[in-house]
Amino acid sequence: MTDFLLELRSEEIPARMQDKARDDLARLFTAELAKSGLSAAAIVTYATPRRLALIARDLPPETLAVSEEVKGPKTSAPPQALDGFLRKTGLTRDQLVERDGIFFAVTEKPGRATASVLAEAIPAIIRAFPWPKSMRWGAASTSTESLRWVRPLHGIVALLGETIVPIEIAGITSSATTYGHRFHHPGPITIGSAADYVEKLRACHVIIDQAERQSIIALGATMAAAKAGLTLVRDEGLLIENAGLAEWPVPLLGRFDEQFLAVPPEVIQLTARVNQKYFVCRDAAGNLANAFVCTANIDAHDDGAKIVEGNRKVLAARLADARFFYDTDLKVPLDDLHPKLEKIVFHERLGTVADKVDRVAKLARWLVEEGIVTQSPSRSREGLGEGLSANEALSVTSPPPTPPASGRGELAAQAERAARLAKADLVTGMVGEFPELQGLMGGYYAAAQGEDPAVAAAIRDHYKPVGQGDDVPTDPVTVAVSLADKLDTVASFFAIGELPTGSKDPFALRRAALGILLLIERSSLRLRLHQAFDFAVGEVAQSFGYTVAMRIGGDLAAVFDKTARDFASTRELIQSLLHDERVGVHEDNPVVSAFLESSNRATPALLSFFADRLKVQQREAGVRHDLIDAVFALGGEDDLVRLLARVRALQAFVTTEDGTNLLAGYKRAANILKKENVALAGEGAAPLAAAASTPFYTPEPAEAALHAALDAAEPAAADAVAQEDFEAAMAALATLRAPIDAFFDAVTVNDVDPDKRIARLALLARVRAAVHTVADFSKIEG
Amino acid sequence: MTNPLSFQRMILTLHDYWSDHGCLILQPYDMEMGAGTFHPATTLRALGPDTWNAAFVQPCRRPTDGRYGENPNRLQHYYQYQVILKPSPPDLQDLYLGSLAAIGVDMNLHDIRFVEDDWESPTLGAWGLGWEVWCDGMEVTQFTYFQQMGGFDMKPVAGELTYGLERLAMYIQDVDNVYDLKFNDAGVSYGDVFLENERQMSTWNFEVADTDTLFDQFRKSAAECENCLSRGLPIPAYEQAIKASHTFNLLQARGVISVAERQAYIGRVRDLAKGACGAWMEKNGWAV
Repeated sequence: MTDFLLELRSEEIPARMQDKARDDLARLFTAELAKSGLSAAAIVTYATPRRLALIARDLPPETLAVSEEVKGPKTSAPPQALDGFLRKTGLTRDQLVERDGIFFAVTEKPGRATASVLAEAIPAIIRAFPWPKSMRWGAASTSTESLRWVRPLHGIVALLGETIVPIEIAGITSSATTYGHRFHHPGPITIGSAADYVEKLRACHVIIDQAERQSIIALGATMAAAKAGLTLVRDEGLLIENAGLAEWPVPLLGRFDEQFLAVPPEVIQLTARVNQKYFVCRDAAGNLANAFVCTANIDAHDDGAKIVEGNRKVLAARLADARFFYDTDLKVPLDDLHPKLEKIVFHERLGTVADKVDRVAKLARWLVEEGIVTQSPSRSREGLGEGLSANEALSVTSPPPTPPASGRGELAAQAERAARLAKADLVTGMVGEFPELQGLMGGYYAAAQGEDPAVAAAIRDHYKPVGQGDDVPTDPVTVAVSLADKLDTVASFFAIGELPTGSKDPFALRRAALGILLLIERSSLRLRLHQAFDFAVGEVAQSFGYTVAMRIGGDLAAVFDKTARDFASTRELIQSLLHDERVGVHEDNPVVSAFLESSNRATPALLSFFADRLKVQQREAGVRHDLIDAVFALGGEDDLVRLLARVRALQAFVTTEDGTNLLAGYKRAANILKKENVALAGEGAAPLAAAASTPFYTPEPAEAALHAALDAAEPAAADAVAQEDFEAAMAALATLRAPIDAFFDAVTVNDVDPDKRIARLALLARVRAAVHTVADFSKIEG
Repeated sequence: MTNPLSFQRMILTLHDYWSDHGCLILQPYDMEMGAGTFHPATTLRALGPDTWNAAFVQPCRRPTDGRYGENPNRLQHYYQYQVILKPSPPDLQDLYLGSLAAIGVDMNLHDIRFVEDDWESPTLGAWGLGWEVWCDGMEVTQFTYFQQMGGFDMKPVAGELTYGLERLAMYIQDVDNVYDLKFNDAGVSYGDVFLENERQMSTWNFEVADTDTLFDQFRKSAAECENCLSRGLPIPAYEQAIKASHTFNLLQARGVISVAERQAYIGRVRDLAKGACGAWMEKNGWAV
């Protein structure tokens, strides 16, 4: 058993690609070897900026000899069949093996030397390597068929035990020679075998193991911070990136001018991280300190003094830029930025960002006025005062919570105000430089410009939650704006027929929908989805119609009653405009007709889209999707809070013994009804109902008992549902379980007397209807 | 670094270095352009199978980067040192590091890093893979292996080095303000040469340039480019594309091009540049 070492040495591999490259190398290597029946006891992979390496443990010296057997015709088959088989296999009659009256062609494949398998496998792996981006280079690139690699490939070390596996690809020949650190040890090194690879490189200032480089940086940076009396702000992504940029990492702490601390800490952290890949530190009080930690790739003989000084200057220039943006932005009231939003196209068929802001402001106000978002003083105020993210948040001064006593009118005004200002920071200098600071900067500017703290907080947090696991806002002003923004986004794109399909979701509508679900669930918002969608789509239609009218002529814009809110009347308005001779735009205008068609379908499409999103989201919370289907199937339930309460009660119930048996009884009843083609409603339902309520014969005891049980359970279940007490509704249904079982045990539904048969079918239909007051049990699996 | 190089001495040192390594030393192109890559010695000469090694300084104009001479790091007019080597030699990184050593960068005392930065020029229909080279955290060079130019695959690939001369000099001379750079060793500073230029040009770029004239120029350059192409003259056609590109940059600085229009203008310039590159390929008989 022998170990194999492969090193592919190239010019600098982008840090972000190194982890995946290691995985791909291991995967391709395993697959190539498997083709020859070889497998390693273990595979270890390494990546540095300049090399990708693999060590495979305990490879056998050669592959196993295999004998391949191909089944031929029966010995009794006509001679033509045998001739055909001999032609196919290239064998003669006496080379075939006869067994159980069948011919077999047996080929013995001797074992192959592992080295020769590797010599074929490695070039195949290199040629097939799935780099996210690859390139050609050098004289060979006269042909576009020349070898592609992430950056120019320079050397291959391939050693099986201590023997070089001969490989040649694109003019590179394998050897035992590699090179050390670019500056510390630029000369060649000879590797003996996989056993000394890691240590020989270490001696030449290359730490081949990425995990070791990460711990060197983590430890060094933490120590450097501690030595300065500070705490390092941990950042896993940055750690991995820095480890991917150095073969010999040396973390160094530097200081920047304290005056830059006047800039918000998130801005400093982002500048340091994104532009320079530096860590930042906190002081003892938890505030951002005027210090950074950079990671050099060299052990300089002045202990890095010059390196730190150079990096300090670069950071200072960056922070000076950031400070310039911050100071300049602060001078312009957010209100004054609105005209600039009119110049940014949100989507060519949905107008500008200013149009969106207008719709969101109306929606935010509507959400409060309808009593959907209310003051909720009892709720906790999590989500306020969070920094960049939960695990690396710097402390930011939180505004005081919204005063609980203020009325609905004030809340509506705050929600509208926050919505009107929420997108203004998109045209500030700082957000132009760092788009990821959108929202946050608006919050800072609003607070500095004297906006109500709740309004400033809403501007800051209105993009949240940006996905599962993100903080979900609970402050009512923020909730109203965040919800309105996301509702408008999904409604707008559905209104113009831009629906997500398969893996394509260019406008991140699934994420917006998830955000809406999380907001509703977290604050238990009583929102009728169809109503909200109608309102939002109506707003889109109105602004679309307005745009059409403006295009036709300014005076006609006045035709639009800007207070008209419902979708239907806006549609009518557009249609009446189309018939207006003065307008000159006709129904067959492709833009207008396409919009009318897609917007008309938007609300039902949105409801089914949300049903799907809800199932995806709830699956992660352990809720069964069939139960969600069972509740959705009732129709008309689009209040998610009530829907989920119903689903949860249902999930608890169906796992009890009563639940399981009731489900079995229900299914038996439903199957009989289905077989008999008995409708729940419509023609034939009325006589059935009559038959059920007034039996004209003496029912059997079990039949009478079931009637009695239904008489009691039906109103109890209906009452409980009306009260939204779904546990009680389930309990009411549970009382049916024993009578149903008894009925099926004692009574024959298909009685020879057709009247009795009808009456009993009617009774079963009543059972089914009673169960359906809670959920459509036919959708429940099991 | 006991006696750091002046700005002009640094340029002369790079000229000597790249001349010694087989490059033609060319002079700046006599037209306004946003980057050294626009120089026909890069754009047009990068195309086709011929060996081509050249180095030159190219003044770059980026009207929107003007700061009226008040920002110590930003200029609307600055110099790039441009090296183009086709095919890209196998030791291009070492050659480059040698040039840094020549101008006085001690790589055992400073941290040189190759950080992923893929280059793309939407107006030239060009892209390549490479890095920005960091020296103690500062980007001093753009290092690119061109993969496409004017929409054509490179056959073979050319390596391009673009040094930011002012940044590199600020670093070597250890000054914080570009205007404090020593231009020569006789007491003339960068500010003496260029500060007033920055002030006046910023004012013109942002406030004065007549936009009607500029729009007109853009249209005329585009039309003239087409005219040259129809007459089988790729070089003058390419010059008109450069003019259109710079006129577009000026219009942007004047803030008269909306976000929606911007893409259309870039697309127009790209079509002109691609047209010129295509005609150049055809003229030279390089089958497309």
